[in-house]
Amino acid sequence: MKYMLLIYNDPAREPEFGTAAFDEMMKGFMDANEQMKAEGVLLDGEGLKGVETATSLRVRGGKVETMDGPFAETREHLGGYYVIDVPGLDEALKYAELVPSAHFGTVELRPLMDYNPGG
Amino acid sequence: MTGIAPRTIAVSNALDAVLRRSQAKLLASLSTRLGDLAFAEDVLQEASVSALAHWGRSGIPASPEAWLMRAAINKSIDRFRARAREGYKTDAFAQLREDQDIFDEAAEIPDERLRLIFACCHPALEEKSRIALTLRVVCGLTTREIAAVFLDPEAAVGQRISRTKQKIKAKGITFDVPDRQAWPDRLPAVLSSIYLIFTAGYVNEDCSTRDLCLEALFLMRLVQELHPADAEIEGALALMLFTHARRKARINKAGASVPIGEQDRKLWQIAEIEEGERLLTGALEANTPGPFQLKAAIAAAQMQEGGADWKQIALLYHQLWQHEPTPVIMLNWCVAVAECGRVEEALQRLEMLHEPLAAFQPFHAARAEFLARLNRRQEARCAYEAALRSAPHEASRRFLEQRMAQLEPL
Repeated sequence: MKYMLLIYNDPAREPEFGTAAFDEMMKGFMDANEQMKAEGVLLDGEGLKGVETATSLRVRGGKVETMDGPFAETREHLGGYYVIDVPGLDEALKYAELVPSAHFGTVELRPLMDYNPGG
Repeated sequence: MTGIAPRTIAVSNALDAVLRRSQAKLLASLSTRLGDLAFAEDVLQEASVSALAHWGRSGIPASPEAWLMRAAINKSIDRFRARAREGYKTDAFAQLREDQDIFDEAAEIPDERLRLIFACCHPALEEKSRIALTLRVVCGLTTREIAAVFLDPEAAVGQRISRTKQKIKAKGITFDVPDRQAWPDRLPAVLSSIYLIFTAGYVNEDCSTRDLCLEALFLMRLVQELHPADAEIEGALALMLFTHARRKARINKAGASVPIGEQDRKLWQIAEIEEGERLLTGALEANTPGPFQLKAAIAAAQMQEGGADWKQIALLYHQLWQHEPTPVIMLNWCVAVAECGRVEEALQRLEMLHEPLAAFQPFHAARAEFLARLNRRQEARCAYEAALRSAPHEASRRFLEQRMAQLEPL
């Protein structure tokens, strides 16, 4: 079963670049990557640039509206994701636990519907 | 043509009896193989319908359970074939054909109910849904009976149950007993769900046609039997047995709750107490303390002959606080400290719990009791009144009124 692990966190609670805590978090991500690869479950994964780089689009009444930033006003932002293929939720939870930002943010697990149009 | 109707009735009764006895076992085995509880229920239903026809014609088989299992697997293979024709992937298909041969007429159905219980009580499901689903598929309660427990409309409960079954499948919850690594994360949800069923039965008597305390005891015994020598499971079962043993003594003739120390011990069920003690002793020997073992030890210390051992109880609550740092545990610790004679200290600690426990009747009752002992009667009276306002049921209201009446006049 394929799951997307959506990594949410509040930038205000994230360790600052250049600090030991930041390095530790990055090492945590590297370790998670290595383990998921070694165990053959990792299909895809990426970090996202900050929300200040986001552009949102919607079509209303036939008109395209674009906007700077995400529409929804939330404290926790989507910061990255993994896609893994595992037997079930318990295994997926095990990998989600490896995501270092789970200690101050949230990892949301969403099963994929599995009709990937990209092939 | 005479004789056909009685025969049909006999077959239908036999089928009912088999399902009452083995439905959970059959559902567990089918869900494990199909990975889908709703699908398992559907094919078992179809198998039951065909049982009525076949058993009526050729008699009741030697192992009705194995017959139903095999018929249900055949039905699911039919469905998979139909789906395959529609172009769906059917991975479970090949395995099912092998399983077909396992269930011959003489076969015992392996008991896989523990997998079913772990799936129904997965922490990724909402607590109320876990309880409703467990009562439905493991205990076999009807939706109406479960609705009576929750005081919810029957339709809402039916919807909740079917949504939860869909969620198990959609979230990818598997019908497995968790491995050693996941065990500590998964077991507490199972134990607390069963314990909540128990307390629902204990607090609201006569709200359902089924005795929830007995259902919970049945479930906990089942978990214990299927996974023996687990100290926390033994502790949870011991706690339920100690509590259940006092059931007849906890409310007096006037309908008021009776504290353990004042209960008529002749009304206690000795056999349940002894079974609980055996379990708890075995559990404590493993030296892996957990919240249920500690709560069982507290119950045992409260029920000691010659009166409760409050010093021991205070120590146990202190230990329990390390596992569950909640205001309620702190409140109980305060009560034990007060019973040890340190009422001033207990009251001081208790005053810190005003905010989190403002709507919790035992908080006000304990506060009233402490104040009364310190001879602060006016404040005690106010606290009793606050307790009465938040009393959850008639028995506790009567108890509080009695206590208040015992306060000397100002």
